Amino acid sequence: MSAQSLLPWMLMVPLSWATLMVLLAQQRDAITRVVNVVGALVLVGLSVALYAGVAQEGLAVHALGGWSAPLGIALRADGLAATLVVLTAVVSSACGLYAMTSERAARTNGKSAPRYFWPLFWLLITALNGIWLAGDLFNLYVGLELLGLSAVGLVALGGSEASLSSALRYLMAALLGSLAYLLGVALMYAAYGTLALPELAELITREPMTQLAIALMTVGLCLKTALFPLHGWLPPAHGVALTPVSAMLSALVVKGSFYILFRLWFEVAPDVVTPLAAQGLGILGAGAVLWGGWQALRESSLKMLVAHSTVAQLGYLFIFFPLAVGTGATAAALATQGMLLHVVAHALAKSAMFLASGTLIASVGRGGVADLAGVGRHMPMSLFAFGLAGVSLMGLPPSGGFNAKWLLLQSALASGQWFWLLVLLGGGLLTAGYVFRVFRESFLESPDDAGQFTKTPRAYDLFALTLAAMSVALGLASRAPLRFMTNGLAVMAGVQ
Amino acid sequence: MSADRLYAYVGAVLVALALYAFLVHTHVLRRLLAFNVMGGGTFLILVGLAQDGRGPDPVPQALVLTGIVVAVSATALAIILLRRWFATSQTTSLPEDGSS
Repeated sequence: MSAQSLLPWMLMVPLSWATLMVLLAQQRDAITRVVNVVGALVLVGLSVALYAGVAQEGLAVHALGGWSAPLGIALRADGLAATLVVLTAVVSSACGLYAMTSERAARTNGKSAPRYFWPLFWLLITALNGIWLAGDLFNLYVGLELLGLSAVGLVALGGSEASLSSALRYLMAALLGSLAYLLGVALMYAAYGTLALPELAELITREPMTQLAIALMTVGLCLKTALFPLHGWLPPAHGVALTPVSAMLSALVVKGSFYILFRLWFEVAPDVVTPLAAQGLGILGAGAVLWGGWQALRESSLKMLVAHSTVAQLGYLFIFFPLAVGTGATAAALATQGMLLHVVAHALAKSAMFLASGTLIASVGRGGVADLAGVGRHMPMSLFAFGLAGVSLMGLPPSGGFNAKWLLLQSALASGQWFWLLVLLGGGLLTAGYVFRVFRESFLESPDDAGQFTKTPRAYDLFALTLAAMSVALGLASRAPLRFMTNGLAVMAGVQ
Repeated sequence: MSADRLYAYVGAVLVALALYAFLVHTHVLRRLLAFNVMGGGTFLILVGLAQDGRGPDPVPQALVLTGIVVAVSATALAIILLRRWFATSQTTSLPEDGSS
């Protein structure tokens, strides 16, 4: 099958599985498990096929139902979109298998697993693929809303008071963010009479109405990407959710809105955005790196620590803007490569770190960092996965995180903006600080720790280790995926 | 001023009023109502501004229909969460927002 005919299936498959899971909600465990595993295999298979197809044929476009723009909905996949589709399939499959293992463990202990997890899980994947492959601004809006609603539903599944209040807070932020975005869409349509990304990119001119539209969309998307100081909703939502949910939220969901922001700034309106606005985003990103890192350093609960780390790591993504707007072609190209590599490396490392943390917490029985004392002897593999993910987050070589930060650093030097260097270094130190803090507590020996650790399923470590190993391996082989991801992007035009 | 232009202006006023209400109130239901008013204002802008001086246009109307579906489902989800939150906590505002 050609890449073009695969595109609708990237949405149809997860959507059908979401429906199937609603129907199977009352069925026996074994049936849902088989159906889910088959779904994950189909999803990964199709994603890899799409990747291969796009690598072979280049940009793939599919007009749904044969209706072309503006009335029809076009799906598009370039190298970046295809890579993110594969990333989504891989990370969510690992998280899904982890969730299956933990459901089984809960059942054997006589506890019931939360209902409606699986429909929401598949809907989340549908929304993500919808965003990666969307070809127009309104389709992106629908994807954004679907993503927000299914993510809020997943956070609320915990059922506790804390998860309900975090879900509500998350929902309020998500709704406000998408309305600001929709308002921008309304202004864009009024000005240009089309919402399709390629047409807009040709028509767009620098005028006050367009700038207002871009500004509104940017604010809304920054709120949804939890850019400092609009990040208040993220740590509680990512911190209290079930472990596989936290992993998917931090790894993939926040990247959805960032991806739209990137497309908007660099594909649709590169001539409308100003270096001043980009500097502003960069400064907020620097604030996120330092503030998120500092909060993670002081946090007493393990999962909240990892959630604050997400706020900090998202900050790096925004340092990309001042490096790529209004600078030379080389600096912009380096910054783009660094940013995209960071998106992938962080997704793999952070999902691994959340899964490993969840395993540690399941073993210890409490969620505090200080409760980890002695866990180093009992859970070496989980702690190893945590550390491996930490290596990539800190940016130590050889890892995807290192290459990403190295590229950003080179871009900062190439564009003569050395002060971003200080932020990159400071952020790395803070990351090292909170990762080593977890290790220090884990290797402490407490006199009475024998026998108070619960045995956790072996498979837990397998999923976390696989993801962490992939984020490190990305450092050894980042050239090919980078070339593929940046192929055809407008911001790379000057160097390719 | 054409009627369409007037709709857009009214929409802008509604969005501004609702945004104020959304930020000021801590009662989650009030914030939800503010969100719905804001949505209505956005839809007025979407249709009014696009049709201003150009005559009827099916695309923004189709977009608004989708937008209404999304807003209704979001509101439903929020109300369910709020009811559950009220049942467990006996308050109508979120923890860090203080009481309403």
